[in-house]
Amino acid sequence: MTPLLTLSGLTKTYPGVVANDDVSLSIAPGEVHALLGENGAGKSTLVKMIYGLVKPDQGGMQMNGAPFAPAEPRAARASGVGMVFQHFSLFDALSVAENIALGMENAPGMRILSQRIREVSDTYGLPLSPDRIVGDLSAGERQRVEIIRCLLQEPKLLIMDEPTSVLTPQEVEILFGTLRKLSADGTAILYISHKLEEIRALCDTATILRLGKVVGTCIPRETTARDIAEMMVGKVLSTPTRSGAALGEPVLKIERLSRPSPSAFGMPLREVTVTLRKGEVLGIGGVAGNGQDELLSALSGEMLSPPGMITFKGQDIGTLGPNARRRLGVLAAPEERLGHAAAPDMSLTENAMLTGADRENLVRGGFLDWPAARAFAVKIIEAFDVRTPGPGNAARALSGGNLQKFVIGREVMQRPEVLVVNQPTWGVDASAAAAIRQALLDLAEGGASVIVISQDLDELMEISDRFAALNEGRLSDPRPTAGLTVDQIGMMMGGAHGMEVAHV
Amino acid sequence: MDLSAINPILLIAALMSAATPILLAATGELVVERAGVLNLGVEGMMITGAICGFSIAVETGSPTTGFIAAAVGGAVLSLLFALLTQVTLANQVASGLALTLFGLGISSLLGQGYVGVKPPRMPDVNFGPLSEIPVIGPILFSHDPLLYVGLLLVAGVWAVLRFTRAGLVLRAVGENHDAAHALGYKVVRIRILAIMFGGALAGMGGAYISLIRVPQWTEGMTAGVGWIALALVVFASWKPWRVLLGAYLFGGITQLQLNLQGAGVAIPVEYLAMSPYVITIVVLVMLSADKSAAPGSLGRSFHASS
Repeated sequence: MTPLLTLSGLTKTYPGVVANDDVSLSIAPGEVHALLGENGAGKSTLVKMIYGLVKPDQGGMQMNGAPFAPAEPRAARASGVGMVFQHFSLFDALSVAENIALGMENAPGMRILSQRIREVSDTYGLPLSPDRIVGDLSAGERQRVEIIRCLLQEPKLLIMDEPTSVLTPQEVEILFGTLRKLSADGTAILYISHKLEEIRALCDTATILRLGKVVGTCIPRETTARDIAEMMVGKVLSTPTRSGAALGEPVLKIERLSRPSPSAFGMPLREVTVTLRKGEVLGIGGVAGNGQDELLSALSGEMLSPPGMITFKGQDIGTLGPNARRRLGVLAAPEERLGHAAAPDMSLTENAMLTGADRENLVRGGFLDWPAARAFAVKIIEAFDVRTPGPGNAARALSGGNLQKFVIGREVMQRPEVLVVNQPTWGVDASAAAAIRQALLDLAEGGASVIVISQDLDELMEISDRFAALNEGRLSDPRPTAGLTVDQIGMMMGGAHGMEVAHV
Repeated sequence: MDLSAINPILLIAALMSAATPILLAATGELVVERAGVLNLGVEGMMITGAICGFSIAVETGSPTTGFIAAAVGGAVLSLLFALLTQVTLANQVASGLALTLFGLGISSLLGQGYVGVKPPRMPDVNFGPLSEIPVIGPILFSHDPLLYVGLLLVAGVWAVLRFTRAGLVLRAVGENHDAAHALGYKVVRIRILAIMFGGALAGMGGAYISLIRVPQWTEGMTAGVGWIALALVVFASWKPWRVLLGAYLFGGITQLQLNLQGAGVAIPVEYLAMSPYVITIVVLVMLSADKSAAPGSLGRSFHASS
């Protein structure tokens, strides 16, 4: 069979860095091809060249045997290439249907388009209402917009960049069903993911990139996840370990916490009750948009609650703001790296100052102690292996994984007694994710309590002592992680119920 | 004091005319800002349009040609802003302020020979028997053509932004220029076109003052109307119909307070003179209390890097 797309000797150099060095691969029609590599390995640059966003310096591409050199995404789309971006290219103030229309060459009228969106979303089990404003959607729902936008164009090659990071196991199964169906219909899929088990379940072949070069290809079904990971990283990986020490006395009590959502389309919290013990890691799973963001802001202090709902070591902290809670030792790291956890245009030193001022004594008599803040930033960079030229760099300039290591590291280094993190490893490569998980476990080992809110169930199973699920703003009873089966988890998350639109 | 001297019909007819320069300029600036560009040079483009329109109308004897020249003049001046901010990526606030200063300067240079000259009058649109209808006739059917053009432009801008693909793309560019670029839209080209549209409308608004409202040429005769138009766009939450409402409110209260001054109301003139500004701002602030944010990329420079 002639390959659908052949890349030969693609090279792209940016000032100071070779993003892609002589990369060749070929994809057959209907093939599901995995592209693997750590952050910065050059995967994004490679797919941008296929999608016409970046022009290669050397080398060429062929589609169906004919030269293929898209000058712009429009040309790539016209040739049948669709792409789901890792950083969603969506317009917050526009509706779902408008966003989708913008990504189509010949968009039909809004009414017909809304109808087609409903059809595709029903067919592929990706529930989405065309009239909602994208700014109010959760990360998981935003991704559905991107996927449906591509599917509406009936692409011959679908590029998917980390598509499952925000989905539940059931949703992943449905998505995989969709992708297998597309592949059976002859659509080739270029699939980028860090989740090796998924790649082994889904992909026919895999190409592994490291530092811009192809370092190997394999048949994922016949290779162990560990071997693939070690090819990606180029070294032997360590899995997070913990000693399983006995849990201490209760530290944080949440009792019947009910709060309306600050966002018009958000999910209110409904009688969330849980007790966190000293040294415990509590994992909270659930489909995006079921109250995760609201729970984080209720615990961090961004959203205040009436007295009696949140108690830390016997002290009522529900009415305290974030800084007061930080002084007591209750710290949080939200999901959105750029704009929520970190100020994008400020340097790492300034970002370190922003949350570390109180606990690290970075303020002296009302004046900011910049040398101390800089030293704190350097300490985080070293301890968490953040790859950046220095603490003077803007947060925006860091890759997603590196910035994530920084924002998690910044909280961990402040010796929290309770740390709440939301999606700590979203979009982070395997070795960085392992490092972050290990850091959270070490923190718990040292006597702190950690709440990990995540949509990555493997992660929650790996690190948490107890697991609970959020569903429509309600928290299930936490259960010990050991011995929990996927079916039980699915039931806790709402089972088939979780497949429906979360907000109706 | 004699309030009966104020004729409500004439007052309403006059407020529509008084509001038109602001309406034209604000509608143009609304399109510019919806595309994500903050052009503070509205005042400069208006005064440039005022003198371009005035001089060409005087030279050719045709007010219509004058208005076309005003639009061209405003658009050409806005191209300078487009060059600075879209090509050389200069700061939009500083460039806009510079444009205002430059426009004020070049208009007084161009206008030196035109002080004290009478421009040709633009005749009102002839609606025939319609203008004979009591009340409605004088209010709706006794104006110059540009006033109707202004109203049609508001409706047109609203419809284009809301219902057409071109409008959707324009809003997308203003909302998130990186995402628009990733989808393959020409951010810089779309913005330059929007800036020129805004310049043309500001120029026509200026010419409306020098050819119809006042009609004569004086240095600096736009007297801050461009700034009012800018503020109006923000307070109108970037919505065309609210711009119309704000412009008419402002024009109406301006007319009313002039009439009140004439009638000798016992309120100090200073309070009357400030009332249009205060009342317009209060009303629009109350209206903008709903959740309608500025275009996401407003005022940010765009550079297509990787």
